[in-house]
Amino acid sequence: METGTSRVKRGMAEMQKGGVIMDVMNAEQAKIAEASGATAVMALERVPSDIRAAGGVARMADPTIVEEVMKVVSIPVMAKARIGHYVEAKVLESLGVDYLDESEVLTPADEVFHIDKWDFTVPFVCGAKDLGEALRRIGEGASMLRTKGEPGTGNIVEAVRHMRLINSQIRKVQSLSKDELYAEAKNLGVSYDLLKGVQENGKLPVVNFAAGGIATPADAALMMHLGADGVFVGSGIFKSDNPEKFARAIVEATTHYDDYKLIAEVSKNLGTPMKGIEISKLSPSERMSDRGW
Amino acid sequence: MKIGVLALQGAVAEHIRSINQTGAEGVPIKKVEQLSDIDGLIIPGGESTTIGKLMRKYNFLEPIRSFSEQGKPVFGTCAGLIVLAKQIAGGEESHLGLMDIQVARNAFGRQRESFETDLPVKGIEETVRAVFIRAPLILTVGEEVEVLSTYKDEIVTARQGHLLAASYHPELTDDYRLHQYFADMIKEAKAAVQL
Repeated sequence: METGTSRVKRGMAEMQKGGVIMDVMNAEQAKIAEASGATAVMALERVPSDIRAAGGVARMADPTIVEEVMKVVSIPVMAKARIGHYVEAKVLESLGVDYLDESEVLTPADEVFHIDKWDFTVPFVCGAKDLGEALRRIGEGASMLRTKGEPGTGNIVEAVRHMRLINSQIRKVQSLSKDELYAEAKNLGVSYDLLKGVQENGKLPVVNFAAGGIATPADAALMMHLGADGVFVGSGIFKSDNPEKFARAIVEATTHYDDYKLIAEVSKNLGTPMKGIEISKLSPSERMSDRGW
Repeated sequence: MKIGVLALQGAVAEHIRSINQTGAEGVPIKKVEQLSDIDGLIIPGGESTTIGKLMRKYNFLEPIRSFSEQGKPVFGTCAGLIVLAKQIAGGEESHLGLMDIQVARNAFGRQRESFETDLPVKGIEETVRAVFIRAPLILTVGEEVEVLSTYKDEIVTARQGHLLAASYHPELTDDYRLHQYFADMIKEAKAAVQL
């Protein structure tokens, strides 16, 4: 009997496919998320848009919030640690969290090194905006990926950019000859073996979700259409007028992302989605997607 | 032979890959109408609460029950086992309620307690590599249910006529013998109908 194997960790992410993982800040929101059909919840102290508004250093959530959420739902509970913050991650693991997110939404603790994720029994999800980042995170032991997008903006453009870029880079890798592949591994700054695996299979070895800026059911469906395995919705749900209705609509649009009539139906009378921020209005220091490497 | 995989949420592609390895054709099932085109149905792993909600939302419960009443085989893995069960411990409302078993969700603990192991399964030679992820187990079985395997004295694989259930994920390994076992059940069922 073995725990924490790659198959067990990556398999857990496979079971989330086609699902919606929702950010929640307390037990009550967690229950709403579960009742709406979320496949997992991300327990947070503040959603990304509030982190943006508050400024300052964003850290791991208070363990009380994480435990409260774990107590009230039967679906998996995820939590975020700062990039490079080994101890925050170990603390969350000790609480029994089901999945850790080494997240650029929080203020990075280390500007050079990410966490050695092989050293954990609990699996990690990490953000990536291109194939190089994706394979570096997998090399460090990530069992699931997500686009970085631009969290807390309600603007889908960055998540679209990241998903499209990774997919087009995978297609390019598939067309390379063996000698070109060595050079491409160097250019991307990734292990040759991982890149060779991508060339052979035409896909990443782990599940890749969309995250960062999903604000409407149509946004979620767009990301699925572009090849995402599922979606994370952060600020969008509990910043909307009717969170429960909104959450259910996102779940349905994700399942039936190519049924446009159904998406039209679930998009009716949802109230105002979060206001959103034009990305070009953010100063470089406000861009979360540039955190990590 | 066509085998459907209920594609509302969860590990659909993996099951389809395993089905195709048996020589049958795997088909993702997103709409109720598609049930008439298939000979057997797999309910995959995923989150049972999500799958159960979407099955109700899109009115899958009755059509799958009548699919089963026609003697067409149904196989549930992990969350799929929960969906098949007549009773869920803790008073949670059952979903399809087809199989005479009582199940416990997340019975082995949280993700950090998830594991893989070599498991003997009755009717399959040599052990199967079984991947248990936040897995359920079968607490009790009815008279018509045959236990096919146990792990540490807990029931993890069972069969009731044309219904098959496993706590773990045969679709996450390259070993497709359990899918072959299910394909053979479909062949038996088809032969029985023709008699």
